[in-house]
Amino acid sequence: MAEKEHILKSLKAGVRYDGRKLLDYREVSVEPNVTNAEGSARVKIGDTEVLVGVKLAVEEPYPDTPEEGKLMVNTELRPIASPDFESGPPGEQAIDIARVVDRGLRESKALAPEKLCIKAGEKVWSVMIDVVPLNDAGNILDAASIGALAALKNTRFPVVKEDGNIDWEAELTDKKLELGKEPIEVTVLKIGEFYIVDPILKEEELADTSITIAVSKEGLVYAMQKRGDSPLSVDEIDKMVEIAVKKSGELRKIIG
Amino acid sequence: MTDKLKIKNKEIAVPGEVLAEGMGFVPSKGISRENDKLVAEQVGMIGIEGKVIKLISLRGVYIPKAGDKIIAKVIDVLMTGWRLDIRGPYSAVLSMKDATSDFIQRGADLTQYFALGDYVLTKITNVTSQKLVDVTMKGPGLRKLKGGRILKVNSHKVPRVIGKDGSMVVMIKQATGCNILVGQNGWIWLDGEPKQEVIAEKAIKKIESEAHLSGLTDRIKDFLEKQTKKKITVEGGKNEKN
Amino acid sequence: MKRTDGRTPDQMRPIKAEVGVIPNADGSAMFSAGKTIAYAAVYGPREMYPRFMQNPKQGVLRCTYNMMPFSGHGDRVRPGGSRRSKEISAVTENALRPVLDLSDYPNAAVDVFIELTQTDGGTRCAGITAAAMALADAGLKMKDLVSAMSMGMLEGEMVVDINGTEDCVLGATDVPIALIPNMDKISLLQLDGEISRETLKKLLDTGKKKCLEIYKAQQNALKEKYKVD
Repeated sequence: MAEKEHILKSLKAGVRYDGRKLLDYREVSVEPNVTNAEGSARVKIGDTEVLVGVKLAVEEPYPDTPEEGKLMVNTELRPIASPDFESGPPGEQAIDIARVVDRGLRESKALAPEKLCIKAGEKVWSVMIDVVPLNDAGNILDAASIGALAALKNTRFPVVKEDGNIDWEAELTDKKLELGKEPIEVTVLKIGEFYIVDPILKEEELADTSITIAVSKEGLVYAMQKRGDSPLSVDEIDKMVEIAVKKSGELRKIIG
Repeated sequence: MTDKLKIKNKEIAVPGEVLAEGMGFVPSKGISRENDKLVAEQVGMIGIEGKVIKLISLRGVYIPKAGDKIIAKVIDVLMTGWRLDIRGPYSAVLSMKDATSDFIQRGADLTQYFALGDYVLTKITNVTSQKLVDVTMKGPGLRKLKGGRILKVNSHKVPRVIGKDGSMVVMIKQATGCNILVGQNGWIWLDGEPKQEVIAEKAIKKIESEAHLSGLTDRIKDFLEKQTKKKITVEGGKNEKN
Repeated sequence: MKRTDGRTPDQMRPIKAEVGVIPNADGSAMFSAGKTIAYAAVYGPREMYPRFMQNPKQGVLRCTYNMMPFSGHGDRVRPGGSRRSKEISAVTENALRPVLDLSDYPNAAVDVFIELTQTDGGTRCAGITAAAMALADAGLKMKDLVSAMSMGMLEGEMVVDINGTEDCVLGATDVPIALIPNMDKISLLQLDGEISRETLKKLLDTGKKKCLEIYKAQQNALKEKYKVD
C-alpha cells in the first residue's frame, strides 16, 4: 500500500508527518473546573480537545460489594467533533475508550471505593465520568485518561439532605474525592517496525497495532488493551510497556 | 442622496453587514443590493476599486467547475468506471472511455487501472445543474499519483498557494526539493525527503492561514530560508502547470 | 427588583463570543451568557444521507441540539435524544433557515451540531446565537446573522436574559426569541407561563433591543477571527 510505504519512509528517517520525533507528544494542556459538574477538566493535545465531567449520585450498592461505591465511565463521540462521528448509540470506538479508561481507574482502585460508602448495604456514592471530545485530531484515548484523572482530582461532594438525596440548590462542599492510585494511560502504536506515541489521525489509520497501557505513579501497570490484527512478540510488548512507563511520567508532570 | 461607504478597503465583512449606501456603487459577487444599500452575503475581505465593491471569499467548501484540475480519490469501482471523492458535497464519475485509451474487455477487473484508495490528478469535464460531475484522465500531466501524501487546504486559498504564474509553489519546490501538485479542490500531493516534506507542509499551511494578508511572498520566502537554512534566489516560475 | 444573581431587570449576563473553536468543522463558534456555554459546529455542505431526503433545488439544513451529560446543575443528563432536545433542534432549524441561501448546493446537507457544555438557562438561545456565527464562519451565503435571547416575566416584572434559577426554580414566564436584525423579524418564539397581550408586545420590543447587543458581539467575533493586523 503506497500510503503505508510513504509513512514508513518518514518514520525511518525519525520524522513524523507533523515534524515530531517518534516518541514525542504534541503540546498537552489541562484546564480544571470547566463546567458546573462536581469535577471536570478540558484536555488539549495539539488540535485534539476533550471535555471530561464527573457527576455524583447517591445509589444503592451492588449486592456483592455492599460497602463500595460505584464507578461508571461513558464516552460520547458526538458529531460536533469530527465528520466521521455520527449521532446514535456509542459505537465500537466510543465503547473501547470508555472501557479502557474505566479499567485503568477500577483496577488501580484509583477511587478507593470503600471510602465512597455512605451506609453499608444501603447507600453509596456513584461516580459517573463522561468523556466528550470537542475535536478529534487523533489520540482521544490518552486525552480521555488524562482528563478523567484531572477531573477526579478536582471533584467535590455535593450536600446530602436529611432524606438522603442530594441538595442541588446548595453549593458543593469543600470535601474532595480521595484518590488512591493515579493511573495515566499511554497508547503506544506500532507501524512497521517503528513505535510512536500520540498519533495523529493518519497514523491511527495506518498503524498495524496499538496497546493502551495504564501506568501508576509507581510505574505499575493496571490495564492494557491491544488493538489491530497484527500480533506482537513478548520483546515487542516489553518495549511498548517501557515507552508507556516513561511517557506516563512526563504526562504526570503536566497534570500536577 | 449622496453615496456613502460604510467599510474600508481590506476590512472583513460579515453576512448582513451594510457596506455602502447610494446607487453609485456597483456590487460584485458575494454582495447584494437591497434598495440603495449594498449588503455582504458572506464572510469575506472587502476590496474597493473606485465604485466597484468586491468581496473576497475566505471560507467555504469546494464546488466543482468544468475545467478544474483536481486531486481525487477512488472510493468505488463501478460497472463501467470509478466513483471519485473530489472533496465537498459532490462526487465525480470517471468512465472507462475517459480513463484510458486501452480497450477494456467487458467484465474486466477495473482495479488494475485504478483501485480503491488510489489518488489521481484529473480534470473536470462537465458539471450538471444537479452537480453530477464527469472527469477525464486524458490530458497533459493527468495521472495516478504514486507514493507521496495528501494535504488539505481550503479551496479558496488555492490561488495563493500556487501564486502568480505558479511562483509560490515553485519557490516551495525549489527550497524543499519536493514534488508538489496542487488541485483546485484544495487537495495537495506532496512527495520528497521526510524532513523537507514537513517544511513544505508548514509553508503551505502558513500560506493558507495568512492568505489574505499582504507581503505573503516575502514572509514565505523568509520562512523557507530559516527552515531550510538556504538562500532562495529564484524569482518563481513562469506558466507553472501541474 | 434585585435578581438572584444581583442583576437589574434589564441587565444581561456577561456575554462572550468566539469563532473558529473546532478545527475539524467547516465553521464553528462558541457563545456564552453567564454560566450557559454553547458550542456550534457546521459540517458541509456535504453529501446527504439518506438520499431520499435530498432536495434537488437546494441544500438542506439539519440542526441537532444536545446537552452534555455533565452540563447541568443537578442530576447527570442521560445521553441519547429526548423529546425536549428533538423539539429544540426543530425550532433552532426554523430560527436559522430564513437567513440561509443554500440554492448553490442542490442535494447537499448542511449539518449544524450544537453542544451545551454548561447550562444555566437560555440554552436554546445561546445555541442559535453560536450556530449563526458558525454558519457564517463556514462561508455560507446568508442574508444576516440571527441573535437570540430569553426574555421573561418574574413576579409581574419584565426581566431580560433569564437564568436557570429564574426559569426553573422561581417559575418565571420564559419567552425565548431570536431576531433577524436586518429584516427586523423574529424567527424563534416560544413561551411558557402567563402574560397579557400588551405586556407581550412590550417584552418583544425590549427583547429586540437586547438581541442587537448580542448581534454586535457576533459581528465582532467574526471580524476578529480574520483580522488583518
